[in-house]
Amino acid sequence: MSPKTTKIMQIANQPDDGEIDRILYTYGGDKSSLIQILLDAQSTFHWLPQNVLRRISEQLGIALSEVYRTASFYKALSLVPRGRHLIRICMGTACHVRGSPRILGKIEQFLNIRAGETTRDMRFSLERVNCLGCCALGPVIVVDGEAHGNLTPAEVEGILNRYE
Amino acid sequence: MTRLTTSSQLNLLRKEILARGEPGRLYITICSGTGCRAYASETVRAAFAQEIEKQCLENKIELKGTGCHGFCEKGPLVVIYPEGILYVQVKVQDVSEIVTQTIHRKIVERLLFVDPLSGEKILHEEDVPFYRHQYRLVLGNNSRIDPKRIEDYIALDGYSALAKVLFEMSPEEVIEQVKYSNLRGRGGGGFPTGRKWEECRHAPGTIKYVMVNADEGDPGAYMDRSLLEGNPHSVLEGLTIGAYAIGAHEGYIYVRQEYPLAVENVNIALDQARKLGLLGQNILGSGFDFDVKVHRGAGAFVSGESSALMTALEGKVGEPRPKYIHTIVSGLWNRPSNLNNVETWANIPLIINRGAAWFASIGTKGSTGTKIFSLVGKVTNTGLVEVPMGTSLKDIIYKIGGGILNGKKFKAVQTGGPSGGCIPERLIDSPVDFDELTRLGSMMGSGGMIVMDEDTCMVDTARYFLDFLAEESCGKCTPCREGIDQMLAILIDITEGKGELGDLGLLEEIAEVTQDASLCALGQTAANPVLSTIQYFRDEYKAHIDEKRCPAGVCKALLSFYIEPEKCRACLRCLKNCPSEAIVGGKNQIHVIDQEKCIRCGICFDVCPDKFRAVLKLSGVPVPPSLPVEGRTIIRKRTAS
Ligand SMILES: Cc1cc2nc3c(=O)[nH]c(=O)nc-3n(C[C@H](O)[C@H](O)[C@H](O)COP(=O)(O)O)c2cc1C
Ligand code: SF4
Ligand code: FES
Repeated sequence: MSPKTTKIMQIANQPDDGEIDRILYTYGGDKSSLIQILLDAQSTFHWLPQNVLRRISEQLGIALSEVYRTASFYKALSLVPRGRHLIRICMGTACHVRGSPRILGKIEQFLNIRAGETTRDMRFSLERVNCLGCCALGPVIVVDGEAHGNLTPAEVEGILNRYE
Repeated sequence: MTRLTTSSQLNLLRKEILARGEPGRLYITICSGTGCRAYASETVRAAFAQEIEKQCLENKIELKGTGCHGFCEKGPLVVIYPEGILYVQVKVQDVSEIVTQTIHRKIVERLLFVDPLSGEKILHEEDVPFYRHQYRLVLGNNSRIDPKRIEDYIALDGYSALAKVLFEMSPEEVIEQVKYSNLRGRGGGGFPTGRKWEECRHAPGTIKYVMVNADEGDPGAYMDRSLLEGNPHSVLEGLTIGAYAIGAHEGYIYVRQEYPLAVENVNIALDQARKLGLLGQNILGSGFDFDVKVHRGAGAFVSGESSALMTALEGKVGEPRPKYIHTIVSGLWNRPSNLNNVETWANIPLIINRGAAWFASIGTKGSTGTKIFSLVGKVTNTGLVEVPMGTSLKDIIYKIGGGILNGKKFKAVQTGGPSGGCIPERLIDSPVDFDELTRLGSMMGSGGMIVMDEDTCMVDTARYFLDFLAEESCGKCTPCREGIDQMLAILIDITEGKGELGDLGLLEEIAEVTQDASLCALGQTAANPVLSTIQYFRDEYKAHIDEKRCPAGVCKALLSFYIEPEKCRACLRCLKNCPSEAIVGGKNQIHVIDQEKCIRCGICFDVCPDKFRAVLKLSGVPVPPSLPVEGRTIIRKRTAS
């Protein structure tokens, strides 16, 4: 883990057990809901800090190693803090042939981070995904759930500047 | 909503709903699918609501948000009923004019679709070439219903197939019908659906499960998303019929979390169906119980594989397991489990309502019915296309797709997702069905059809897919994990100009082992993109390996950019845009690229004005020496005024 990421992890928020329990409660402590619980925790906290994984492991009675294995397997789950805004760039086939690598290059250059990283000011995280299901509009990025299609590298800055 | 307890109550409700809509009533429908939403259709929709209120027309015009119509390229799409007038690329500024004209039964000419070939304006949705050559059995209702209202689905005969099955058919009869229809799974494998159901019905055990696979991992394919978002009840009705036929009382919908709108609409649909007694205990008073849970996938391609999906439903990491016993017999919690794709399920109500013989008469002998394709990439009309099986690639790409984008030359079409293959131009007359695509070294997959033009490098394409698969392989078995990695390493070398003589042979050898020895279909088919590109585009591989040349001008390591001094007019465009400050020049100074600094991003090539076209993309040839500094000044002649 880079020193940059470690630093970010220290300043990111640590949810308390009450918040985690609320999520656990909606699933009635059902072991088979592990992935659903992790997804909910991810969307509430924007990442999965160690204490969240611990609490989930204790409450569901699933070994911490197993919880960790699950959390590290899936792309939607993040073990490092994410910024205020999540940019997901589609690198799927349809977007690829329509120039997504160049959009990615432009975003990386503009934000001065690589895919998978978060800006120092915690404003943006950038993630590559394989398809966002807007293939007809490639290349596509989705920022905080909002899709922007038919992008050109020149439009990138203008769009990102809308997210404070 | 009151619970329906007999099938005649359902009929009554349908009549009531139909009676509410007076004939000739004006509807403004706007697509609320994900594609149009990216073009701000929700803002346009809000503007319509406001305008209708402002003009006090709530009683005269009804506004409806629908699912994806498929013609995403031209979104946001607005259709005015009863006439079926199509407006394309509608913006907030257009809203007030549309409302005013619609109420006077007039047309806003400037928003009609213009046929790019004839230059004619086209009034009705069904006459647009994109739609005219389609046969939209499964997708058609998407543009007519509001997916958040079960009434809309019921009005279009929704749940009549379920009622018919519950009261008029035995489970065996249902299975017979599905078998006779010859429906094959739309999720990739093309396995006969009826046979699968029969096997599951006969599998020992009292508790059985039915499941919808809405993981839709193939990049470039989004028909499952559009169906679930736009017409969730059709999938749900199919699933319930399947449950009845198989003898299952619990169902699951596994949908990827990247599709939040699909999750939302499915949950609403489940709720409404439960309230109406179309789901839950004693459905329509028939004595049959069935309910459904939604499970969100957390982003792993391999979890779409049947055994992996079921493992994930149990809350564990979604990796495939050896299938010595099929999941049909021992799947979720080791019980008989039947998994079908979204589109497969959506076909079921049609087969029940219109008959297996009718269904079997559509398409080809081995592949009946229609198939939805997502036609994307370098094609003029991108979107969702539904055609009878057996339609030729050419018809799909040219008649419906309107040909290649920006008048470029067609090179290949990629079908079957990451483990599919690339079909070259000379085979473009081939009919599209399960067996034909397999014969061509590709496959149906879930129906992605990615069109590639002359600017696409086929070696880079193979590298791209292998890169995808290397990332998605769960790593459980060695042939897949190592085989993909090694093939990828060779492909990267080739695209970087480090390819060697024996590389193609070596690739073919590794491909064979990976195919033969991998545990699940991901590994077994991973070599397809490599093998099909070698088969059809060997020349391109050769050019990379022997001449260190990328004919399509894609592979960066084999490219250089060069400004032709005679053509450069020192306009400063490229100089200002170059992210690497690699361009030397100035006002009246012919620009020169510093090859050391150039990162080959191609931005100069793109921004050089069309009237100059001074930037050249070179591959396989040395870059000419740059002009000496003294010779770079341009002396401009003053034009006499
Ligand atoms: C790696 C892998 C990924 C798959 N992903 C999907 C998917 O996203 N959607 C799908 O319907 N089937 C997918 N399948 C196919 C399923 O395993 C299964 O065959 C299918 O859901 C059965 O439904 P059908 O008979 O209706 O086609 C995938 C298979 C493999 C090997
Ligand atoms: S073939 Fe690949 S994806 Fe499938 S189980 Fe083996 S390693 Fe995993
Ligand atoms: S390939 Fe990019 S959204 Fe599907």
